[in-house]
Amino acid sequence: MEDKLIRLTVNGRDEAVVIRPLATLQDVLRDTLELTAVKSGCGQGGCGSCSVLVDGELRLSCLTLAERAEGAEVTTLEGLNETNAIVPLQQAFVENYAAQCGYCTAGMVVAAKALLDRNPAPSRDEIVEGLSGNLCRCTGFAPIVRAVQQAAQALSDTGEEAS
Amino acid sequence: MSMKELGVVGRNVGQRDLESHARGQTTYYEDVHYPRMLHLKMHRSAEPHANIVKVDTRKAAASPGVVCVLTHEDLPGKKVWNGLAAVGVGPEDEPVLAFDKVRWRGEPIVAVIAETPEAARAGAAKVEVEYDPLPGVFDVEEAISGSAPALTAHWPHNHYIYPDDHAASQIRFGDVEKGFAEADHIVEDKYQTSPIEQAPMETNGCIAKPGGDGRITVHTNTQAVHFARDNTAAILGLAPGKLRFLGGTVGGGFGGKVDVAVEPISVLAAMRTGRPVKFKYTREEEMQVSSTRSAWRLYIKDGVMNDGRIVARKITSYQDSGAYLRFSSYGSMKHAGHMPGPYTMPNVWVDARVVFTNRPPSSAMRGFGVMAASFAIELQMDKVAKTIGMDPWQLRLLNAYRNGDMRAHRKVNEDAAMVETIQAAARLAGHELPAEYQAMTSWDRKAS
Repeated sequence: MEDKLIRLTVNGRDEAVVIRPLATLQDVLRDTLELTAVKSGCGQGGCGSCSVLVDGELRLSCLTLAERAEGAEVTTLEGLNETNAIVPLQQAFVENYAAQCGYCTAGMVVAAKALLDRNPAPSRDEIVEGLSGNLCRCTGFAPIVRAVQQAAQALSDTGEEAS
Repeated sequence: MSMKELGVVGRNVGQRDLESHARGQTTYYEDVHYPRMLHLKMHRSAEPHANIVKVDTRKAAASPGVVCVLTHEDLPGKKVWNGLAAVGVGPEDEPVLAFDKVRWRGEPIVAVIAETPEAARAGAAKVEVEYDPLPGVFDVEEAISGSAPALTAHWPHNHYIYPDDHAASQIRFGDVEKGFAEADHIVEDKYQTSPIEQAPMETNGCIAKPGGDGRITVHTNTQAVHFARDNTAAILGLAPGKLRFLGGTVGGGFGGKVDVAVEPISVLAAMRTGRPVKFKYTREEEMQVSSTRSAWRLYIKDGVMNDGRIVARKITSYQDSGAYLRFSSYGSMKHAGHMPGPYTMPNVWVDARVVFTNRPPSSAMRGFGVMAASFAIELQMDKVAKTIGMDPWQLRLLNAYRNGDMRAHRKVNEDAAMVETIQAAARLAGHELPAEYQAMTSWDRKAS
């Protein structure tokens, strides 16, 4: 197997990257493009800290071969930071103290965005289900669920998109 | 102080790094990128207890991408250490890299440094170690029974020896035997906790980068950055000023990132290769190799009066330290100091032992030494209540410590809030307390 050039769109930018055989999307995002909000808590699909959107769908970048993302549109948490203003979903995490060490937060916010993009008014159970692939060891999950509830409410009040 | 001066109490205070977390802009140790960075993987013991007959690193060194292989022979300073040696706790008992013996399954033996994590893993798998297996011991009471193999020469009976030749961290307060003789009931039981992994979201790790000025910069997720630097310097025989440790952002620690497990060998690898070296525990290493909360076994014997007063409590506890000391002697001191729980008793006897077994070394986790004590004591309180047919809330209120009480470790109690806390919990739980129990306070032993 040989190194290979792939093209993909990451946070709205066209990128061409050379990948090693069996490189994961996480390798490309973290190490090549230095999008370090993509975390690597387990490298085996167990923790959700590496969650990203691939063509709008929630994906674990550690279990996604980079090759499979060829031509795809990928969004990491950094993709929400297009302007200097914090978006409502991120603001809801801040206001609800929904992070302590912060390591799981990037994956949590991305998973919450995936949920709100397809279901702007989720029930509490739907939020829990939507975040069920993401582990946190510090804050507990209650403030994180409250943050997503607040973000959903704010979005319905303003009619804006999640981010 | 008037309430006006309390700028924080009763208010929501912003968490300084929350926005940074929510925007993915917080920098953790592995979020720095250096060109030509190498990766370190450890070859670990496959045996829980064995003599090492031979270590052959030739195939590992010849493995594609491998740049450097380190064994105990490469250590320039200490071969054996303890993190608290600098503050007079010891002896130094834990090999940095195992040499003559392994004492737990997972003990580090050979570090393999390569161009990629995959090449380092493949190289580490090619290290060949010939073992002469020894019988192991995995139970704290078996370990000190006299018939178990001795783990190290430091403790021939497999338990820690405190200063002045004490076999345990001890509390002697009043006369428990007299208390038992006077008691209406004796309540005894045995309690056991499990080893618990802190399981932070971010595993232990560091990056060591040599600089042009002869100093090594270390990006680490340690919870104790100066402690890690000083111990790394001591192990490698370096002046601390040669090391520049950058820490502060920890992806979850809970006591699981204070063992200086990755920094010394990474610094040595960086010095040897002249290149940045990253050593990141895999999730498997974090769960199986990094230290856990200790498992504890406790025996509690109480002398109890018909009215619910506990007049004597005798506790023998065994902390399973695993194969080496680390901070366990401190853990058992805290454990003993916590006894007999948040209650006042005239007669208390405690022997809290640190025991060595062929299990992975244990270390700190939230409430070091105290969680196991509270777990056992509160189960025991329920058992006492059941034995004498008393409401467990009332039993706790009756025995709860008050301001001015002498604690078993001979400190006068101050700022007690146990009575009020139980009363508040009872209200929230909808548990009715009799008027005299509702009237109790931490300032008066008698109901007013």
